[in-house]
Formats: sequence, C-alpha cells, structure tokens
Amino acid sequence: MLRQFARMAFEILRDILPIVLVISIFQLAVLHQPFPNLGGVVGGLILAVLGLFLFTQGLNLGLFPLGESLAFQFARKGNIWWLLAFAFTIGYATTVAEPALLAVAAKADQISGGVLDQFMVRSVVAFAVGVAIAVGVLRIVLGHPIHYYIIGGYVLVVAVTHFAPIEVIGLAYDSGGVTTSTVTVPLVAALGVGLATSIEGRNPLVDGFGLIALASLTPILAVMLYGIWVY
Amino acid sequence: MTPLNGTIENVLLGLMSTTRDVLPVIGVIAFFQFFLFRRSPDNPRRLVPGLLFVVVGLYLFVEGLSVGLFPLGETMAMQFAQPDRLPWLYAFAFLIGYATTMAEPALIAVAVKAQEITSGGVREWPLRNAVAFGVAVGIAVGVHRIVAGDPLYVYIITGYVVVIVQTPFAPREIVALAYDSGGVTTSTVTVPLVTALGIGLATNLPGRNPIIDGFGLIAFASLFPMISVMGYATLAKYWSRGATRARPPANDKES
Repeated sequence: MLRQFARMAFEILRDILPIVLVISIFQLAVLHQPFPNLGGVVGGLILAVLGLFLFTQGLNLGLFPLGESLAFQFARKGNIWWLLAFAFTIGYATTVAEPALLAVAAKADQISGGVLDQFMVRSVVAFAVGVAIAVGVLRIVLGHPIHYYIIGGYVLVVAVTHFAPIEVIGLAYDSGGVTTSTVTVPLVAALGVGLATSIEGRNPLVDGFGLIALASLTPILAVMLYGIWVY
Repeated sequence: MTPLNGTIENVLLGLMSTTRDVLPVIGVIAFFQFFLFRRSPDNPRRLVPGLLFVVVGLYLFVEGLSVGLFPLGETMAMQFAQPDRLPWLYAFAFLIGYATTMAEPALIAVAVKAQEITSGGVREWPLRNAVAFGVAVGIAVGVHRIVAGDPLYVYIITGYVVVIVQTPFAPREIVALAYDSGGVTTSTVTVPLVTALGIGLATNLPGRNPIIDGFGLIAFASLFPMISVMGYATLAKYWSRGATRARPPANDKES
C-alpha cells in the first residue's frame, strides 16, 4: 500500500517536474532574477501535486467507471435517439459553462468592440460541441473510420476560412482548443471507449477515440460562420 | 499573510466555483441516469468519493498552479516576448509547450485509458512524450509565425495537409487517438501560459494586432501533436518490422 502510494507520488512529481524546471531555469539562469515569493511558489506547487494526485484517484474511482457504465446502459437500451440526445446535451452543457471559453469569449467581445457578442460566441461554440459529440457517438455506432470525418471537417474549415473575416480566424481556431475541459475529456473518453466496447464489432482503440477531435473541429466552423454573419 | 478566515472564505469560494463548473455534467448525467434508465448508478459508494476527489483535486491543482506558477510564467512570457531575445524566446516556447503538456491532467487521463484498453500496447509515458514534443514544436512554430508576421491560415493548412498525408501510413489503431491528443492537451495548464505568451508577443512586437495575432497559438498546440503521435507510431511500426526481419530464426539449442 505504501509502495503504491510512493510510486504514485513519484509519478506525479515527475509530471510536475518539467514545468518547475523550465520556469526555474529560465527565471534564475536566463533572466537572472530571484524568485518573487518563493514560499508561495513552493506552497502552490505542493498544492498542485496534491490536487493532481486526488484528481487521478477520483478518475479511477468515479469518472471513468461512470462513463463506462453510461455507455453500457445506452448500449443495452439500444435506442439511438436517447444516446444522441445525451451526447448532444453533455457536449452543450459542459461547454457553455467552460471557464476557458468564458475568458476567450469575453476577450473577443472586448477586442472586437462588441461585434462578437460573448454570449453568442459561447452558445455557438457550445452548440457546435454538442453536435460534435452527437456525430462522434453516431460514428462509433455506425463504425465509420474517423479520418473521413476529420478530413472532411478540415476541408470544410479551409473552405470557410476563405470567406471568414480576418478578425475571427484566430479566435475560431483557438476556440476549438479551449473547449475540452479537464473533467469532460476523461468522461467523454470513457463514454466513447465504453460504447466501442459494448457494441459488437467495434474496436475500443480504433473506434472509441475521436470524440475530442471532432469536438475541437466543429467550434472552428461555427465561430467562423458566426463571424461571417456579424461582420 | 491573509487572515485565516479570509483564506477559508477564498477556499470555499474556489471550491464552489469548481463545483459549479462540474455541475452541468453532473446534472445531465443525473437526469439521464435517473429518468431514462430509472436506476441508481453502479457502485455509488465509489462513485461519490470519486467525483468529490475529482472536484477537490482539480480545484487544488488549479489553485496551486495559479499561486505557484502562473504569475511567474505569465510575467516570464511577457519578458521573453521581445524581438531582441529571439533564440531564448523559441527555446522558452518549445520548453514551456513540452512542460505544460506533461503536466496536463486531461492528457494523463487519456493516456492511462489508452494503455488500459490496449493492455499495454500503447504505453502511457511514450504517448505523453510524443504529444508533448508535438505541442513544443507547435508552440515554437506558432511563436515564429507571430514574430515573422505570416498569416495563420498558411501554417494551419500546411499542417492539415501533413496530417492528411500521414494518416494512410500510420497504424490504423493510433489514428483516432492521435487526432484526439491535440484537443485533449490544450487544457487547464497549457491554455493560460500559452495565451500569456501569445498576448505578450502581440503586445511587445511593433505593428502587431492582438485580435489577429494574439490568438492562434492554441491552434498550433492542437495541430502538431496529431503529427507527432502519428509520426511516432509510424516510426515504431517500421522499426519493429525491421527488427523482426533482422532477428535470426529461433535456435533449437535455446528451447
């Protein structure tokens, strides 16, 4: 038991170490500046390590089993519409309150002088993510290879970029990246893998992943389309 | 030193805020679990502490980083985002991309899951390193783009083309995971620091427009891991094939 804990502690320190090293080396050796508030920095890092440890425990105890159990229950029920409804709602609900998205939308609103309304940006992105998760789940059920969807999505993105006002392009491409939060990613991954496991003929590795990729793609399209609409 | 009641209040507020972020997920799941399936979730005795750990752990992690690392990292990003510090800037961009990705909880979760379902076929540590390398290169390239003033879509489209070309050659099993890794990795740790870097650059470089140039780094951080994970898997496939051919046939004496 103690050995397991020690191993886990080592792994987490190992995860945090690169960041600590990079910041320390650049601060001390390159910028030649002392650490402001060293006590606070060390305290903060200890907290972060503790938090990461708790988080990973919680994943294995609660979040992963939850995603899998939901997947099995949906597969058992056999009704595709409820599954799609669930997928869409999860995507929408988790995105619309996502703090990173709030920050990005607020910034866009401010920088564009209100032309890009932050509530609209959030809703548009949340809708896009909902659609993505639903489409992704449908893909798992149907068994289509992921690259058709993604490459098709890329082609669409490139095409729409051509027409989009330049002010939105950077924002659009970034919004795909910020929407996948630390809590939704494991849940969605467990859901996808669980579905692929419980549906016959699907390979968990090949078919179970890909939901996040779709959820990063559709917001780009949605934000650009919104930008075309308002500019 | 803040008085103790002030700190307790801050902690409670922080926990409430993190819980509020998780609430939509819980709400949707609870609705479907209880109204559609009409039963309690399996194993509630592990589920509830598990969710609690996730919320508290995430709160502590983010708080710890916000106090211990982000102020420093953001100031540093501003200081390095100077045109006269170019080599250091690229080194910093590369390393911060690598380091933030290795600490990214969402990526850890996905890598653990991938290792679990492949029973070790995909290993957690090499996968995370491959992703981290991709993000590192991505951030460095993205920074270069801002410094050089090139348009974003040229780089993105080139990146997409590389991904499309790579896909048929990569092992089929890794493709979906590779595509996911880009989206997974731009999360709690990576986004604030990388955003600070981008804003710092856009602010400090003359003639740059924050709207157009400040955004876009996250996109690079999402794109390049796809390339690096597929690249790594493709290389691994060809290496192991070469090793199988080169290995001498089993010797009867050894059996």
